[in-house]
Amino acid sequence: MKQTFALISTYSSDQFGICSALYELGGMSIIHDASGCNSTYTTHDEPRWYDMDSMVYISALSRNETILGRDSKLIEDILDTAGKYRPKFVAIVGAPVPYMIGTDYKAIAKLVEDKLGIPSFGFDSNGMQYYTRGMRDAFKAIAERFATERTISGSKPGERPVRVNLLGVTPLDFGMTGAVGSLKKWLVDHGMVCNSCFAMGSDLTEIAKAPDADISLVVSYGGTGAAKVLKEKFGVPYVYGIPMDASVIAEKIRERAGDGAGEKTGAGGSAGMTEKIGENSSADGSKDIVIIGEQVYSLSLAEALKDLGIKARVLCQLDRVRDSKVNEEKIEFIYTPEEDDVIRETKEADLVIADPLYGPICGAGKLIELPHMAFSGRMFENDIPNLIGDGEQIYNRIMKELKKTDEQKPAPGFASET
Amino acid sequence: MLKHVLENGPARVGSMKISEAHYPQPFYMGLEYSTPARGMWNIAQTGFLMPQTHQIFVCAYGCLRGVVLTAAEMNSLDRFSAISIRENDIINGTIENLMINGVSDVLNKISYKPRCVQIFITCQHFFLSYDHKSVFDRIRKEHPDIEFLDCYMIPAMRKSGISPDQRMRRQMTRVWKERTRCDSNKINLIGSNLPLSETAEIRGWLRENGYELKSIHDCLTFDEYTDMANAALNIYCEPVSKAQADDLKKRLDMDSFYFTNSFDPDEIDDTYARLAERLSVPTPDFSQLRSKAEETLGRLKSVIGDTPVAIDYTLTTRIISFAKMLVDHGINVSSICTDVISADDKAAFEELQKRCPDIDILATNQPESRFFAGEHEKAEHGENAPKVLAVGQKAAYFFATDHFVNVAEGGGFLGYDGIIGLAELMIDAFKNKKDRRKLIRIKGFGCESCL
Repeated sequence: MKQTFALISTYSSDQFGICSALYELGGMSIIHDASGCNSTYTTHDEPRWYDMDSMVYISALSRNETILGRDSKLIEDILDTAGKYRPKFVAIVGAPVPYMIGTDYKAIAKLVEDKLGIPSFGFDSNGMQYYTRGMRDAFKAIAERFATERTISGSKPGERPVRVNLLGVTPLDFGMTGAVGSLKKWLVDHGMVCNSCFAMGSDLTEIAKAPDADISLVVSYGGTGAAKVLKEKFGVPYVYGIPMDASVIAEKIRERAGDGAGEKTGAGGSAGMTEKIGENSSADGSKDIVIIGEQVYSLSLAEALKDLGIKARVLCQLDRVRDSKVNEEKIEFIYTPEEDDVIRETKEADLVIADPLYGPICGAGKLIELPHMAFSGRMFENDIPNLIGDGEQIYNRIMKELKKTDEQKPAPGFASET
Repeated sequence: MLKHVLENGPARVGSMKISEAHYPQPFYMGLEYSTPARGMWNIAQTGFLMPQTHQIFVCAYGCLRGVVLTAAEMNSLDRFSAISIRENDIINGTIENLMINGVSDVLNKISYKPRCVQIFITCQHFFLSYDHKSVFDRIRKEHPDIEFLDCYMIPAMRKSGISPDQRMRRQMTRVWKERTRCDSNKINLIGSNLPLSETAEIRGWLRENGYELKSIHDCLTFDEYTDMANAALNIYCEPVSKAQADDLKKRLDMDSFYFTNSFDPDEIDDTYARLAERLSVPTPDFSQLRSKAEETLGRLKSVIGDTPVAIDYTLTTRIISFAKMLVDHGINVSSICTDVISADDKAAFEELQKRCPDIDILATNQPESRFFAGEHEKAEHGENAPKVLAVGQKAAYFFATDHFVNVAEGGGFLGYDGIIGLAELMIDAFKNKKDRRKLIRIKGFGCESCL
């Protein structure tokens, strides 16, 4: 593998995924590295930095401290600062330089916790993995540590709204243009309620109630770690997917496909138009449409387009879930970790739905822009569309899983309800 | 706290009175915070000043993120490429081949042929003890018609030897390989990220004496840039450029002159006198400009009255000199946001400690700094007059004021032109609000930005 990015941007990395995941939970995150990581994260990957207080710092590691393996300074600095501000937890986040000397973050975290009595985590991130993995590990750690017991019992779904955990929610995948609020509204509109959101708009108190949920909806790869913890410890089942209304994207496809752009007449109004897209563009295989992005998001978009009669393939450079449940609709999914892979897979494509910074390899002519903060940072942050809506297939998936779980009771480790 | 500071040097606090501040480093260097004020340039932006040049960063995703998006935001992604270091490269020791193959791959893919390629290596390379020489020898052999320049993104080394900023500047003139002649009428201005103001008096004065002043900003081609090696003298205005000037003296026997960016009229006059002597030309008479500077500062005082003024170090390298000048003209300097005091400013610093012991020194990167803005955001601002007039982006952020001078990296100001220009900008900032959030988030003051 050449591991080059000659023409395009690169995705955010694991240490920033951790910081983003933990941002709203009242903790203190310390990236253990020289300098620059902190400003990179706060400039490009953290749209909440200006408006919402959170403690994210860097240890300012130096060459000598690295060579001498001087963890004592890091520990002393954390004890001093965390002792002063008493965060709800301390997260020590690994980065490239300390990776070179095998820094034992978990041991440092234990020492900090023993000294301060503040829950502390050590994350083996190293800046060489993607943000998706960092998010996954952070949410997993939070679920393991804080979601420790069921707090309510009694009623069952049907007698009350279905309680749903939203797992894997950060601005890196969902931006700040209303998608999170829409996700929660979608739940309410469909007789459900957000039990906890990992982690936008939920504090640690809500996070701690995650075991009370009837089901978890994993909305990004980052949510998979917490989903498994909640399943294994409390029997909370999970499904993947994002309820999406793809009509905005479908309209753009239709315009680009040139099959009667602007024509809004016909039987069934927009429904009729949708059928026409399907007939003339992709469903018959005449148009090759590609989506590039995070796995769960892109597959959900492809599913929503499929409902509108548009077939699309999904390319993913990031970590991906290898669980058949993530792709129930059997969308064509291709793991393309390298720039060359993306070039190859988009070369013959007619349309590419991707972040604008994929433009140099797709060609502006066939690119339908779908900004992704984890790729282009803040550049197009106001143009990230809020595609949450509709999502009938997600609703059906949740109901199907709940029914299945109900039939399978008692699940292993599932605390019995009184 | 005073006892602690005096006994122990740098203090574990976020702010202190100037009388308590330890020179040159008032604050303990522990965990660090980063503000959303992004006007300072980074090494990628500095490197992009070189014409016909492509950048290749060889590093982990985490290190890459800041620079690739720097390039993208300044609409220069077509001049930027990356090679990602992954765990297997470290474990298997394959980083040399990764670089050699990666550079060829990049050059095959990009749409133009650069004259020069800056290859940035990082802290990881140093700890891996990778074979720097063999990698560059091989790359140069495979691409003989391209100049390859080794550049360094090595923040772990920032406290040892020369800093990354100093090293970047030094490397950028390493492509000046030889002097083929000596252009006795040409003078270079080196090491500044921003071009010198067109109204700077030094321009006219040098021109009147038959000299042509040139900087990297004037060069449209790589050849034009390397031809600067034939100038008679290098002038630099920032301490971070000293290593560059020294390197040029050592390698090419180019003389240099440090024109410190002072705000003290006597020091400015003295600097001009020394430069005139160096050039064997008459000492300039800038008394009219000096009077104009005094008049402008007097007008500034009459406009802003006793309004507190907060200044930060991103404004200029001589921030304490700037503060002292304001104090000398009756301006109420309430706060200086800085983490270190430069050697050039030591005398001004000690004088202010005695004359204005209550000036607050605020750290910009301490954990406590995280909460400065929130505290000031809560404070009510008067309808007609700003509560604090900020000079510099970080001061504007920390004091949550929209009345601020939006300048960083010196703003291209120098000498009396700098005094007059900044005083005029302060008057304007006092009278008119700016969109603080929109302006200070832009990376690299003066750079093109898509935001």
